Amino acid sequence: MTISREDVLRVAELAQLELTPEEAELYRGQLDEILNYIGKLQKLDVTNVEPMTQMSFGSAEPAGSSASVRQEETDLREDKLRPCNIADAVLEQAPDSAKPFFRVPKVIER
Amino acid sequence: MSAATAWTVASIQAALRAKKVSAREIATEFYASIDRRNPDLNAYLTLSRERAFAQADRVDVATACGEKLGPLAGVPIAVKDVISTAGVRTTCGSKTLETYVPPYDATAVARLEKAGAVILGKTNCDEFAMGSSNENSAYGPVRNPVAMDRVPGGSSGGSAAAVAAGMAVAALGTDTGGSIRQPGACCGVPAMMPTYGRVSRYGLIAFASSLDRIGPFATNVADTAAIMSVIAGHDENDATSAAVASPDYAAGIEQAVQGLRIGVPEEYFGEGIDSQVKAKVLAGIALLEKLGCKRVSLKMPHTEYAIATYYIVATAEASSNLARYDGVRYGLRVPGATLIDMYRKTRERGFGAEVKRRLMLGTYALSSGYYDAYYLRAQKVRALIARDFSEAFQKVDAIVTPTAPTPAFKLGEKTADPLQMYLADIYTVTGSLAGIPGISVPCGVTKEKLPIGVQILGPHFSESRVLQLARAFEKAGGFTI
Repeated sequence: MTISREDVLRVAELAQLELTPEEAELYRGQLDEILNYIGKLQKLDVTNVEPMTQMSFGSAEPAGSSASVRQEETDLREDKLRPCNIADAVLEQAPDSAKPFFRVPKVIER
Repeated sequence: MSAATAWTVASIQAALRAKKVSAREIATEFYASIDRRNPDLNAYLTLSRERAFAQADRVDVATACGEKLGPLAGVPIAVKDVISTAGVRTTCGSKTLETYVPPYDATAVARLEKAGAVILGKTNCDEFAMGSSNENSAYGPVRNPVAMDRVPGGSSGGSAAAVAAGMAVAALGTDTGGSIRQPGACCGVPAMMPTYGRVSRYGLIAFASSLDRIGPFATNVADTAAIMSVIAGHDENDATSAAVASPDYAAGIEQAVQGLRIGVPEEYFGEGIDSQVKAKVLAGIALLEKLGCKRVSLKMPHTEYAIATYYIVATAEASSNLARYDGVRYGLRVPGATLIDMYRKTRERGFGAEVKRRLMLGTYALSSGYYDAYYLRAQKVRALIARDFSEAFQKVDAIVTPTAPTPAFKLGEKTADPLQMYLADIYTVTGSLAGIPGISVPCGVTKEKLPIGVQILGPHFSESRVLQLARAFEKAGGFTI
């Protein structure tokens, strides 16, 4: 597996990073080495293995039990409104704001 | 030399209740220690003196009025700078958040203060908790208080160093691939990663959401358990926090460990391990056997794939989580002609080299044409690694391994080679991927007096058992074996 300079620039663009030419070259070499190492995963047979997509563990057994813990559905909370009066405190941290908005450079040209 | 404080949670509680000392005096003593040592160690980035003394005074007033004190009354605690503190700057070790002041407290912090703890300040860490040496902080590296030319481990290096150097009684860190346990080992202090979901992540500034956990550093196992008892438990503000009863972790730690089965996986003692680390950890295991534990040899065949799996899953999640640093709502903004231009300039200036590297790796792993080969495959291998553990825990009550393959390395030793740095987490990322709890406790030192850590891992929600083993090990002299 090798990653080209074009790959690095494409990925940087997707990640909204503006790299200097020196950075692009440095990352190309380092990402190449890391991806080569990661390539060892291709050796494993993962046929019929379900991907681990959630991290919710139930307590089927008392704490400390050696029995395995079964994975459960995520508990869902009731969908009800709660007060959330934090706009002022949040806008105070904004680099540029005009209450109740964040202000950014113009997005759409007329 | 290291000089952890003589104060413990228990001794502070006794002294306060006997009115031998005030919370204000204790806080003053610790700030004096910080003033003395922090200029060399760089463990704290921000001190919260005003908030700390206000809290200490509340504790002292409560004492004077004969009110019931909380379980951590007057206990000075440091908090890693990726955990939100209302009104106290929280940088994540990044230029991006250099002036960011959170409008709210993380649940773990709020619970500590409710229990009477005094938050001394915010500790240095690798930028956005990405690193194994603390050298990725935008505010300079932390030095290891045990050996000043060495790293304290990472990413919670500031928290580990603060406790090891007597600049706090305990500290909160975060662990995504080893960031609590590995610095605990490097600095010679107990350090616990709870089960995923055991401690609320509300207010923890996200790195990799399926892996991030908050946990304690302390100078002894009883204090570790005392902090755990306060911070653990369900929180409606974190949908992934487990609705599982949280026991008093300190209550059972003195129970005998006789008859417990401890698994020793051969994959954790193979190529790459330092010979002194191996010898001490094996001596530690022999000590547990002497205490009546039954040693069971294990094979965990997917261990060798853990680092590769971790660096796909964690970086993919990071690439999503860190998309928020775009200069719009908080943190650094570098002006640009267009919105996209502003995003890119802001992120280019705000992020350090390791963060950019990981964002690119994660973006690559999720990008069109590579998703199946990298991210999806990594999630499948993650399931295999978790299965290694669930199968092992059919046979054993806990697993004992080294925490890290080597003692603390020299500052600058691995900065030029990211992959070598990643391999420092080789024994810790497995438990992270599986979501299980683990603790690192001291297990002697090398000939050069560098701390060695032994890791005890247990099944999900078995923190009590893990702490019980750690306490038995401590009591039998394992820390100085």
